[in-house]
Order: sequence, then C-alpha cells, then structure tokens
Amino acid sequence: MAELTYRDAVARGIAQEMQRDPDVVFLGEDIAKAGGVFKATVGLYEQFGPLRVRDTPISEQAILGAAMGAAMTGLKPIAEIMFSDFIAVCFDYFANEFSKSRYMTNGQVKCPLVVRTGNGGAARFGAQHSQSVENWCMMIPGLKVVAPSNPRDVVGLLAAAVRDPDPVVFFEHKSLYAVKGEVEDGEIVDTLGTAKTVRHGTDATIVALALMVPRALAAAEKLQAEHGINCEVIDVRSLVPLDTHSILESVGRTHRLFTVEENPRLCGWGAEIVSIVADEAFYELDGPPVRITTPHIPLPSADILEDMAIPSVDRIAQTVRRSLES
Amino acid sequence: MATKKTITAESTAPVITVRDDIDTATRLRIYRSIFEIRETEQRAHDLFLQNLVKGTVHLSLGMEAIAAGCGVAMEPGDLTFCTYRGHAHTLARGVPIEKVLGELMGRDIGLLRGKGGSMHLTSVEHGVMGSYAIIGAHLPIACGAAWRAQYKGQKDVSVCFFGDGTTNIGAFHEALNFAVIWKLPVVFVCENNLYMEYTPISEVTAVKDPAAGRASAYGLEPIIGNGQDGDEVYRIAKAAFDKARAGGGPSLLEFKTYRYSGHSRADPAKYRPAGELEDWRQNRDAVKVYRQRLIDTGVSEDEIASIETDAKQKVDVATEACKASPPPPAELLTTDVYADGGWAWRN
Amino acid sequence: MDVLMPQLGETVAEGKIKVWFKSLGDTVAAGDNLFEIETDKVSMEVPAITGGVLSEIRAQEGDVVPVGGVVAVIGDSASAALAAGAKAAPAKAAVPAPVTAAAPAAKAPEAPKPPAAPAPAPKRSTVAMDPMREVRTPERNFGPVRLPNGVTVTPLARRLAFEAGVNLAQVKGSGPHGRIIAGDVQAAMASGSGRAAVSSGPTLAQVKALYKHVPYEEVTLDGMRKVIAKRLVEASQTVPHFYLSMDVNIDRVMALREELNASAPKNAAGAPSFKLSLNDLIVKAFALALTQIPAANAVWAEDRILRFQQADIGVAVAIEGGLLTPVVRNADTKSVFTISTEMRDFATRARDRKLKPDEYQGGAAAISNLGMYGIREFSAIINPPHATILAIGAGERRPVENGQGGVSFATKMTVTLSCDHRVVDGALGAQLLGAFKSVMEAPATMLI
Repeated sequence: MAELTYRDAVARGIAQEMQRDPDVVFLGEDIAKAGGVFKATVGLYEQFGPLRVRDTPISEQAILGAAMGAAMTGLKPIAEIMFSDFIAVCFDYFANEFSKSRYMTNGQVKCPLVVRTGNGGAARFGAQHSQSVENWCMMIPGLKVVAPSNPRDVVGLLAAAVRDPDPVVFFEHKSLYAVKGEVEDGEIVDTLGTAKTVRHGTDATIVALALMVPRALAAAEKLQAEHGINCEVIDVRSLVPLDTHSILESVGRTHRLFTVEENPRLCGWGAEIVSIVADEAFYELDGPPVRITTPHIPLPSADILEDMAIPSVDRIAQTVRRSLES
Repeated sequence: MATKKTITAESTAPVITVRDDIDTATRLRIYRSIFEIRETEQRAHDLFLQNLVKGTVHLSLGMEAIAAGCGVAMEPGDLTFCTYRGHAHTLARGVPIEKVLGELMGRDIGLLRGKGGSMHLTSVEHGVMGSYAIIGAHLPIACGAAWRAQYKGQKDVSVCFFGDGTTNIGAFHEALNFAVIWKLPVVFVCENNLYMEYTPISEVTAVKDPAAGRASAYGLEPIIGNGQDGDEVYRIAKAAFDKARAGGGPSLLEFKTYRYSGHSRADPAKYRPAGELEDWRQNRDAVKVYRQRLIDTGVSEDEIASIETDAKQKVDVATEACKASPPPPAELLTTDVYADGGWAWRN
Repeated sequence: MDVLMPQLGETVAEGKIKVWFKSLGDTVAAGDNLFEIETDKVSMEVPAITGGVLSEIRAQEGDVVPVGGVVAVIGDSASAALAAGAKAAPAKAAVPAPVTAAAPAAKAPEAPKPPAAPAPAPKRSTVAMDPMREVRTPERNFGPVRLPNGVTVTPLARRLAFEAGVNLAQVKGSGPHGRIIAGDVQAAMASGSGRAAVSSGPTLAQVKALYKHVPYEEVTLDGMRKVIAKRLVEASQTVPHFYLSMDVNIDRVMALREELNASAPKNAAGAPSFKLSLNDLIVKAFALALTQIPAANAVWAEDRILRFQQADIGVAVAIEGGLLTPVVRNADTKSVFTISTEMRDFATRARDRKLKPDEYQGGAAAISNLGMYGIREFSAIINPPHATILAIGAGERRPVENGQGGVSFATKMTVTLSCDHRVVDGALGAQLLGAFKSVMEAPATMLI
C-alpha cells in the first residue's frame, strides 16, 4: 500500500499497462521528455524509451488520427489531449471517426485506444482551459467515457480503459492531480461501467463525478453533522457504460436523488441520470430529483467568481437540505 | 521500343517516350483495373438514375488511372485510405464489384451490409482501411497506420488518397508535418481534378499546384504526374512506395486529372467552361490513353477486347446479384456500436 | 426501359422538365442527354442509360414529376414503328401523364406512387427489435398526483398508500405546500389512521404457500375483473355501509304482470309482442320510490352531496366473467314497457360486452336481483358514488297471519337496501324502503 498523488497514479497506471503489453504506446504534446505539463507522465519516457513514449507537435488532429490509425491496425495507443477544451479542435475524431468506424464498417474496423485529457475547473485557468466536457463525449454512440475521482481509481480505470476494445475517453481532473490517496501495491484493474458507493446513507442519494465526488462527500458529512441528514454518495466513475443499477438501487432506498455536475447545466450528464430515475424509479421518488450544476455560463478566471460558479460543498449541502426540509 | 505520342495534363499533344520498364502483364492488370472502375462507376451512375442507388454517390469517372496505377503498384498488405470518392480505390484493391454496388444500393450483399454506404467503403481483408467522408480526417489516420508498421517493423505502406480541396484543410498540414518528423512509411496521393466540389481549386488556393506547391514547406520533393496515364501513375507511385518501404519516409504525390461528372449526383457541374469536359474526354481519357498504350506496346486488339468484355460481364453479373439481394435485416440496426457487438450503453 | 426522374439530392422530392433534347421516335444512344431537369437545388441534364428509340414521352417541358416517376420510355427497335406512328399525333395526347402541371412553388404532390423499379423490390425484414429498451418505464400507476381536495402526493407516497390500502384523503401532508410524502403515509400506516378497515390481503406468495400441495389453475385477471376488484375493495373500504331489510308482498304485482302480459298483442305466429319481467316492475317501483324520497336520490361527492330530480337506476347484469351495471335513465317517467325493452337490449349487449361507457356510468342507486337463483336474501356492496343498492331475493309463498287470526299464504320477497351512511341515514333509508314497498304492494300506481 502506498500513498500516491492522483498525478503519480496516472504515470503508474500507464506504466503498468505498457509493461504488460508492448503494443501499448503513448503519444501527446510534451508528454515524453518534459513529463507532461501537469507532470502526470514523469518517468515514462525514461522507462519505455522514445519509440513508445513520443512527443508530438501541437497537432491535435494528427495526434488523434495517428492514435486511431495505429489502433485500427493493431496497437493499443494512449493519446493525450493536454486540456480537454482542446477536444474542440479535433472533435471530428471523437464525433465522426473512431466512434463510428466499427459501426459503419459492420464491425471490420476496431479502435482500441484511450484518449487521456485534463478536464475541469477550479484552477483559475479561465473559460478555455477549465471546462468539464465529459458530456460532449457522452452523447456520441460508440465512445466510452470515464472520469476517476481518486488515485486508486486512476490506476484501475486507466488499466481497464487500455484493455477495453472500444475507444475510451479518460477525463482526468486537473484540480485533483495533487490529491493524495492510498493505492494498493501490485496490478490494479478495475471494471468500466461500475459506479461506487463512497458513503452509505438513508435520506438522499447524491450522484457525483470526479472533483464533485470529494465535494459531495464533504457536503454529506456537513449535512450529517449539522442537520442529521444522512446522505448516500455515489461516484459514477464511468458515464458510458453507465451503471444505472447502482443509482436506481440507491434511490430505491433513499427515495431522493441529487446530481452534482461540473458541466454547465444544459445537457449535462446529470440530466440523463435524472431522466432515467424519473422514468424507472418514479414510484420510489419522494420528491423531485434535483440537479446541482455549474450555471449555463463560460467559466470566469477570478477565483472568487469561479468558486461561485462550480458547485461547492456549501451549495451542495444547502441545496440538499432545502430540498429535503422544505 | 519506338518513340510514341502520349498525353500529359498540361497539353493535349506533347511527345514523350513510351518506356518498356513496365512489363505487359502489369500493363494488362492496370488496364483491367481502369476498365473495371470505368464500367462499375458508369453502372453506379445508371443505377442511381434508376433510383436503385439512394442517397448520393461521388464518382471517379475520368479519374480511373490514378486508383488503378496506384492499386497495381501496391503490394498485398499495403493499406488504402481513401475519401468519400472511394469506389475506384476500393475496386483497385480487388474488392468484388457486387460488394461495392451492393453497398451503394443498400443491400445485404454490400461490403458493409448497408451500414456504411457509398462514402464509407471499407474492406479490411483487402487492405482497404476505410473511405472517410470528413475532408482530411484520414491523412492523420494513415499516419497512425504507418506508425504501427514502423513501430512493429512491418513492411507495409499506408497509401492515402484525397482530392485537391483537401490541401486547404488543417489536418492535411498536420499530417504532412507529422509524417515527416516521424519519417513514416506513408504516401499521400492528391488527385487534383481541378475542382474542389463546385469551385475551381485555383480560385481558393495560394499556390498553383495545391499539393506539390506545399511539399517544400514540409521538406518534401514536389512530385506532379499525369493522372490520366496509368503508366506514369504506376511509375511515380511505385517509386514512392518503394521509398517508404525502405524506410525513406513519406512522399506527397499530385496527379492532375479530371472528373467527368459533378462533385456528387446532386451537382450538374455547370461551373465548368464550355468544351473543357469534351476536351478531356476526347484527348486525355484514361481508358483511351491506356488502350492506345497497350496497342502501342504490342498487345493485340483481341486481348484488349477480351478484357473489356470480361469486365462488362462482371459488372452485369454483379448488378444482377445486387438486385437479387435482400435488404439488410432489421437486427443489424443496433449491432457493432460497441465491441461486445451491440449498442448497450448502460446496465 | 423506363426513364425515371432521378433523385438529385436527398432533400429533393420532384423535378421539373426544363427542356427536352430529344423528340418522340428519336433514336438515342446510352449517354445521350435526353432532357434537362430543374429542382429547387439544381438544374441538370439526364442522359439515357440505354440505347434505343424514344418511344414514349410522358412529361412535357414545364411538367413536374416526382422523384422516381416515369418521364419517358426508351423502347427497342420493335416498338420503334409504334413510336413513329405516334409521332404524328400531338405529343400531349400520347401521354398518360402521372404528372402535375408546373405551378410556382408547387409543393411535393401527395407522392404518386413511384412505379415499380425494374428489379423486384426486396421484402422488408420484419424481425422484432426493441432498441427503445434503453429505459424501463414502470407499467403500473398508483393513482393521480393531485387528490380531489387539491393536495398533491409524491410518487413514492402514492405507491406506498396504494400498496398498504391507505386512504390518502385521510392523510395529512407534511411536505412543501402540504404535499403528502412517504413519511406521512408511513405515519398513517403506523397509527392506523387513514388505514382502511381491511388490509389488501395476503400476498401472492403467501397465498401460494398455503396451497403448495394442492393442484390449482391460475387465472390471470382481465380488465373487467381488475376493475371490479379495485372498485369493490375501494367501496367496501371507503363507503360506510349499513343494511335495511324488509319483506314485500308481491301477489298483486305478480297478478298485474300476468294481466299485462296476457294483454300483449300477438303476432301471426302467436308470439306476444312483449313479456314483462318482475324485475322490470321492480325497477319502475324503485324509481318511483326514489322520486318520492328525493333526499335518498343522491350521491356522495367528496365534500358534498348531489341530489337528483330524475331517477337513474343501475341494474346489475351478470355476464361471463363478471358483471356490468347498465343505467336505466329517467326510470321514474318511463313506462314499464319502455323499461322492459331497454333492459332486454342492455342485457344482450352487456353479454356481448358491447355497452358504451356512458351506458353503465352514472345513476344514484342500483338494483341487484338474485331471486332467480332462489336466494332468499342478501346484501350488496354499493357501487360508488351511488348512495344505495337494493338487493332482491326470491319471491316465495310464505305463511302469514290473516285478519281472522288464521294463517294464509302470500308471495313474499325479502329486499335489502345497502345505504351509504354519508348520504342516507337509517330513517331516510327506512323511508325509501317503505316507499318501495308501498308501490310494489299497490302496483297500479306504476301505470299512472
């Protein structure tokens, strides 16, 4: 058992898979010699050499196209898109290429690749380097979408993503890179499409992802301590495939649902979860499902403004309390 | 071998030498391919007019020699990446005609059983790694396939076909730079048919030769060939493929050519100056040019006719097979979205 | 070969013939341009895809043809002579024209069926498929979100109340705006308030466990059985019933019935034109009683009572698998003959399940008659929102004390009136039953 930061866990996860399978290769901007702009890939170049860990030009389309071409002809590439905001400049590959090739070719072309990307706000980077865009990928048939909230899940889910035969977009949260957590020794391989109940409770279910998971947990503790409200917190971990069983089962016990999303409100992933719960667990609901989201605005840079926008511990706690007690 | 008249893109009647560096068997393969593509594309056109081909089709009528010359120059195992105008390149790798026409017609017999359509022809077993309908997207993808060959020490070459219009999109430039810095075994083949969709390419491009004019920016040799001459295509392509296979890195080839039909079936191509099409058809038609080449190199009229009869018959047989094929079964609608074979995104 | 209007782009539904390059009877080669068409997107020449003789031109310049429509026919040389003959005639006349004249902005015509394609159209596959199973919507509903008194109930509270048989009307909501939430239903269940007299009974598993050693056949519930089960549970749990019984001497009404039936005109075959049943007379008598005691001719409506001027009476009709209660409207003013005819019609159509909902809905009272089965007396469950139901037993000869202190026999029938105590109190019920008895025992009043 070792205590690792989230960023160390990224390197460990990649190393674990590269060691296991020589077909796993890694490319991206500044990822090799520089060890990544977030220092999440330090040591990989030294360990695996220039043929397997390759710096690229600032060419996001070339990075993803190359990853796809390599994947469809036998490699298992991991590509890094430095900031998830840059997905917008190479969205074609997500929306039209590696997501659809299997279907369009009637199963002939397979794209087992992973796109890792730094996602999310709270780092004061402003509107073009702070977005949570996991919902952009969630809406595309053919993609899988994963977003770990802690170092242990980074290793386990990254391994699962690399071994998955479908293209997986792996959203690392920039504001979690420094967070530490216990990671067991040895190989860790998780399962995609499994949510995790990170706090058991009876009064309400709070569903969260990535940075919102620690915040939801803190809010749950606060609600317990100050108001005697006992919340269950579920870390979704994987938006596609989506573990609806865990969520529905929990709502079946608590009868209230809250989603905490960093996405701006419109078409955030919580909307899909609320829709499923409202449909299938309608007669379990003892109050309206509530979405706690970033407002439908671009993110500002100033800390005081950004903190107002992204769901905070206080906002989560207040929203849950008001909804349960009013 | 005697000096003979032949044709380039630049003029209708220059004189160059017919060289005997290509053996007759290869020439016959090239002609068979040119002729099959011509007949199949013409059939696709006719089936469209009979409403048996739905949606849209982008034909390579007039441009056959490039796909054929490159196709014959490729080795088994080499990979083809082409565009939505990709019937020709798919056929040139030996994909059966009925699989191509059947896909256009949305029948179960089709290459993709109707799930892809005209713009997405793919046959991995023939090395046709896909037809890509988003301009430029497949150049980086071809780089990736070439990277795999380089990484694994495999000897195949990735060949990526695209039109003149593609040279103005970002992915083209990203891919060229990428291929050069990684010295990848990839060959980019620009089919310059003088029009990007509906607009003359010269009106929207900073340089005279849209691909070759950019080559030097990436440290590549500018290579221009006559896309109407199967021999010239074959020679240039073979040299580039050999270089890539030998570890010499990428090449960028530009072939001048002309498409006889509009951009797609919805385009009547009214933007072309009067007489232009007729000029190309009469004086530089890929079939005519190569037929004459065969005669000039001593192939008998009978042998040529037998190739032509055989190709026409294959197209007829394929057409009937497609008409007889049922549509794809309904259960195909939701297969192969994910690797488990289905579409499920949740439990 | 037919020359079709091609699909020039997926968004185009029709094309206009702009100009013909060939004339009827012309010899054409494959690739020759035949005509030029114009759509809202493009104009374009259409070439022949086969050689031959242009033997038919079905659309002239200016005509609009839907995509797939036949514009012309190219024939082989055999039909050339035919075409040559036709050439002399004005072109229009030779055209059977599945075309519409060009109109500015002509909307896509109600697509004339495109002619059959040269190849047989492949059959559509009919494999059942359900890509919509992405969400599993519950099939059951547990009642409305808003109660008649305006209080709203959360989905969970509705389900809990339904399953536990809690009457939500008696539960106080503690949620926002007085909404009833799950906790309120649970509190009501715990305290017994709002709890109906009877629980919803043992579960399927419990019942099956009791009979696990006995062979049985499982009968699934059809819609009618479900409605009966639900409504009668509801009625027995929510309507405060009480019962009044009385014996009615029916000698005179039987005699009247016989007399009336005997007077029925007979047709050629000797069959009477009508045959009144005792039940027809009972309906009439009960109707008259209801109009005489108007306070009982009423229904319960949540927080008030609705009283009626006319007597509409539901009459239970047993049918295969259940029962229906068609309502005889204005029975107080209808003749016995009319009532009889109506009842006969109702009974027939009820057995065929052909009654319309408005024929078995409404009314303020009902009659259930099991006399024909020899039942001496019984009590019936009120069919809400009715205030009463009259249960009719069998008429039988019973000894009665006569005026001389001896015993004689009379035909008597025991009737039991079930009353909704919210509408009809004991005395009122007794008055209604008394009025019924009076009419039955002095039946001439029914003929007035």
